[in-house]
Amino acid sequence: MIQVQHISKSFKETQVLSDISIDFLPGKINFIIGRSGQGKSVLLKCMVGLLEPDAGSILYDGVNFINMDEDQHKAIRQEVGMLFQGAALFDSMTVEENVMFPLTMYSNLSKEEKLVKVNECLARVNLVGKNNLYPAELSGGMKKRTGIARAIIMNPKFLFVDEPNSGLDPETSIVIDNLIRTITYDLGSTTIVVSHDMNSVMEIGDNINFISGGKVEWQGNKQELLKSENTALNNFVFASEFMQEIKENLKGK
Amino acid sequence: MTGILGNFGRYFLLMRKVFSRAEKKNIYRPLITDEMIKIGVQSVGIVALLSFFMGAVVTLQTAANIESGWIPKWTVGYTTRQTMIYEFSSTIVALVLAGKVGSNIASEIGTMRISEQIDALDIMGVNSASYLILPKLIASTVMFPFLVLMAMSVGICSGAIVGTMSKAVSLNDFIYGIQYDFDSYGIIYSLIKTVFFAFILSTIPAYHGYYASGGALEVGKSSTKGVVYSMVAVMVANYLLTQILLL
Repeated sequence: MIQVQHISKSFKETQVLSDISIDFLPGKINFIIGRSGQGKSVLLKCMVGLLEPDAGSILYDGVNFINMDEDQHKAIRQEVGMLFQGAALFDSMTVEENVMFPLTMYSNLSKEEKLVKVNECLARVNLVGKNNLYPAELSGGMKKRTGIARAIIMNPKFLFVDEPNSGLDPETSIVIDNLIRTITYDLGSTTIVVSHDMNSVMEIGDNINFISGGKVEWQGNKQELLKSENTALNNFVFASEFMQEIKENLKGK
Repeated sequence: MTGILGNFGRYFLLMRKVFSRAEKKNIYRPLITDEMIKIGVQSVGIVALLSFFMGAVVTLQTAANIESGWIPKWTVGYTTRQTMIYEFSSTIVALVLAGKVGSNIASEIGTMRISEQIDALDIMGVNSASYLILPKLIASTVMFPFLVLMAMSVGICSGAIVGTMSKAVSLNDFIYGIQYDFDSYGIIYSLIKTVFFAFILSTIPAYHGYYASGGALEVGKSSTKGVVYSMVAVMVANYLLTQILLL
């Protein structure tokens, strides 16, 4: 479980996050949604330690991540997997080397044992036989799937996903969403997804946190989201006429 | 002023990170080998080419400027040797490598920064500064002295070839000149400078790449800054080291 407690973060004069508190539950897909520029990515970066918050604490299973020493940080990070928006694959490495990288850094497995694990992960993301391709030779969807394989190779307890469907077609997006769902439920990981793709939210979201103006504006599940009367949330979720129509239909029922 | 001091501060903090909490030794071995090939072996051609022409030009210019009959012809060989060993092989080669190796390091690390590859390393708990910069630093420190020794040899040999072919100086005079009053400390002085230059040329561009932000344009700018600042630092270090080591 990850608990974000009273996190604030500003850049010079601009307050980006203001007293944010959220509990991210294990074995669930926890979404952080919101318009662009509302602090979603900053919150994610604070949680994974790429940014230091000005105030507040981030508890990984009850232990404050911010006060940890280097060794504790390193130990926690081995339990963290992250899928980046652009996949962030290492350009100079093949798919196999990318996926194997965390094992190379942290395990004492033999090359053969590592390869077995890599192939298992590649099979899971449907990339069998793509071991020797370089990132430049992959499509956007394949890059994301390689990123997922790399993120899950250490069986992470905490899985962070940043904009999983950006730049992907709807069909590939569903493939990625389903992978996130399967992995979360199989590993029982605490999964945190930052997205503004409502299809994805409605498809796989368990808990949804809507951030607006650097604050948590609304929290709930999918059913509650559809019935919510929160104006800011409704303006965001039902921005298109198509979605408004769905909302009206649901009201009618 | 605060900008300059801020950059100095960040540079030294980055260096502290580079040397602290290194990863497992067997992780670095293949990385260092790769970097030795990229930084060292792949620079052999350009260094050899430039050294050849520099040695040739120094020989011809010296020969052309000796008009007085009182100055012996072997001075041509002597001047070529001194120029190649004391200044060209270390300093000029360092400036050339700043352009070739420095821009490569800055743009490689800068691209990794803007494409979140460095963030990925950090999140995995890898000391990204050490993982990315230390192999380049070690490879430069090991390979640059060999490049400099090669530059000395090629420059002096090209001087002999061009000098004799153009009949500016006889081979015997040239050989007498390069042997005259030879002090091996000149080579040591040059190699000591090279080790410092290797440090500068691998870490300053790496610093600019590591802290690049934005897009491709900013990576280009950080690459340019890395090259320019490392060239300036090489010249300043050259002056200070010459003062310390020769006087």
